[in-house]
Amino acid sequence: MSPKPLAMRDAFLERLHHEMVVDERIFFVSADFGSPVLDKIRANFPDRFVNVGIAEQNLINVSAGLALEGYKVFAYAIAPFITMRCFEQIRVSLALLSQVRPMNVNLIGVGAGYSYVVSGPTHQCYEDITIMRALPAVEVMSPSDHVVAEKMFDYCTNNMGPKYLRLDAQVLPVIYEGGAPDLQDGFQVLREGSSLCLLATGFMTHTALEAATELAKVGIEVGVIDLFAISGFDEAALKKVLGSYKGLVSLEEGFRARGGVDSMLFDFLGRIGSMMRMYNIGVDPGYRFELGSRAELHEQVSIGVNAVVAKVRGFASSATTPINPALS
Amino acid sequence: MSAHLKKEIAGIDLAAKAKWVWAETLRIHRRAPETRIASSLSPIEIFVSLYYGGVLNFDSQQPYSPDRDRCVISKGHGSICMYPILADLGFFGMEELERVCETGSFLGGIPDPIIPGYETINGSLGHGLGVASGMALGLARGERPQSVFVVTGDGELHEGANWEAIMFASQHGLDNLNLIVDNNSTAMLGYTEDIVSNGDLSKRLCSFGWECWEVDGHDVSAVHAALLKSKSTRGGKPKAIIAYTLKGHGVPGLENAALSHIRNPAPEVIDDLLKGFE
Repeated sequence: MSPKPLAMRDAFLERLHHEMVVDERIFFVSADFGSPVLDKIRANFPDRFVNVGIAEQNLINVSAGLALEGYKVFAYAIAPFITMRCFEQIRVSLALLSQVRPMNVNLIGVGAGYSYVVSGPTHQCYEDITIMRALPAVEVMSPSDHVVAEKMFDYCTNNMGPKYLRLDAQVLPVIYEGGAPDLQDGFQVLREGSSLCLLATGFMTHTALEAATELAKVGIEVGVIDLFAISGFDEAALKKVLGSYKGLVSLEEGFRARGGVDSMLFDFLGRIGSMMRMYNIGVDPGYRFELGSRAELHEQVSIGVNAVVAKVRGFASSATTPINPALS
Repeated sequence: MSAHLKKEIAGIDLAAKAKWVWAETLRIHRRAPETRIASSLSPIEIFVSLYYGGVLNFDSQQPYSPDRDRCVISKGHGSICMYPILADLGFFGMEELERVCETGSFLGGIPDPIIPGYETINGSLGHGLGVASGMALGLARGERPQSVFVVTGDGELHEGANWEAIMFASQHGLDNLNLIVDNNSTAMLGYTEDIVSNGDLSKRLCSFGWECWEVDGHDVSAVHAALLKSKSTRGGKPKAIIAYTLKGHGVPGLENAALSHIRNPAPEVIDDLLKGFE
């Protein structure tokens, strides 16, 4: 039986609630942010739950202090606030300090990309991957459905270090109906293609799958890869998978060309000496205040299914042409 | 140093020890002028009382012993005086004091937790109290008896994150948490009062639900007594000692000067001051 779609945070928190029964070292810290599952955690484990209030700087520092006392800490808030309001606390008390003193702190940010659809740009989050991946000590994870999100919980409890999980606020369709993928490689091939490969993260993996279906209708067979470990994927494994393609398209629900997944992949291709052409799809840089459905907002900023199909079709013709024929 | 947690160092003359630390701190600064001297001279009696006065439980051979009292030194740059104290107590060798700020030394211009005895990252102000609050919460929830001490400056309290922690600590009745404010009244570019005043800090903290004591920060007996009182008080409130100190204490021209933070006394001035300490 395939799993019923769930909010990532609910799947993650259910797993956490279950584990708190057996693991007395798990401590949950919220910055006045909740969910129905969280109510159970608060009720059943009052001694290992604390709400610091609307105070993300203190959320991070208190989490660091708890972690130094040996707790496995889960800090929970809305994605833009848990990354950007308290970035220096993350840098100093988690990234720097964890290099000297072992600590396990997991930042659970809810509201990736446009998932707070009508709340506007304060609550939407297009910069978090960029700034969090700038901290070498912090692992950045971006699940595409609740099945992966739930599995990431076990990774978080079993591995030391600061980590950032970027969770979608909406209930997304299930991608991993047959069960969670192995997290080891940090990515999962969802569809094989002939010359082009779409590499997406989070919500954009769904967009990539839809776009691939549309592109197939016009004879363009593209591969689709779901990248869920943004900072910790297996480079050799990805290199091998990409080896059969001529072009790569990155898709992220974050600003285009501002240091996010696209920049990471450009860097990766450069370092492995790949001659593969790459095209980056992300949010047109700039803030917008227009209201609309998530699909409508995505089309406005050039990351909707229609925009992606059009861009990939344009790229498909150029990608197979060497940048400089003399080099080929 | 024995491997046992230090509960009391019998027969120590705290005032004499403070003098020695003062001289050693100046010596370090003479060798390593990159260190911040003025703000490292104001908290000497605080640290001497904590470490030699039987206030803190610590084990210099096992700096992270779970049974230790935690001491978070948030005013990092202004704690170079901790270098001779930690060396003297056996956290590392005295010879390390000769290499401050040199290649390969772990004793830098701003102390980091690569130094045995330092708990946290300190160079950026305003983080220590929040981290210490998390430690205190963890200890309290785990029903462990250890205390947490935090030393901040008064200028440092401009950082808003402190006030998030101040409210949090009283909300949770963290009476294992002891804040010591090295109130030297001076930030980098002038007197705290003229930049952004902390007002009546004691009153302010009390209104936030803390228990407070004020003390002359250079009267080592008074500081020592206040620390012991604070540590032993477990009345459901976090506690603060506001220690009124002088930045650049004991150095003519530096003491209580508005710009003392960014001034270095000339080597010959230090040499003169150190006569009689050899």
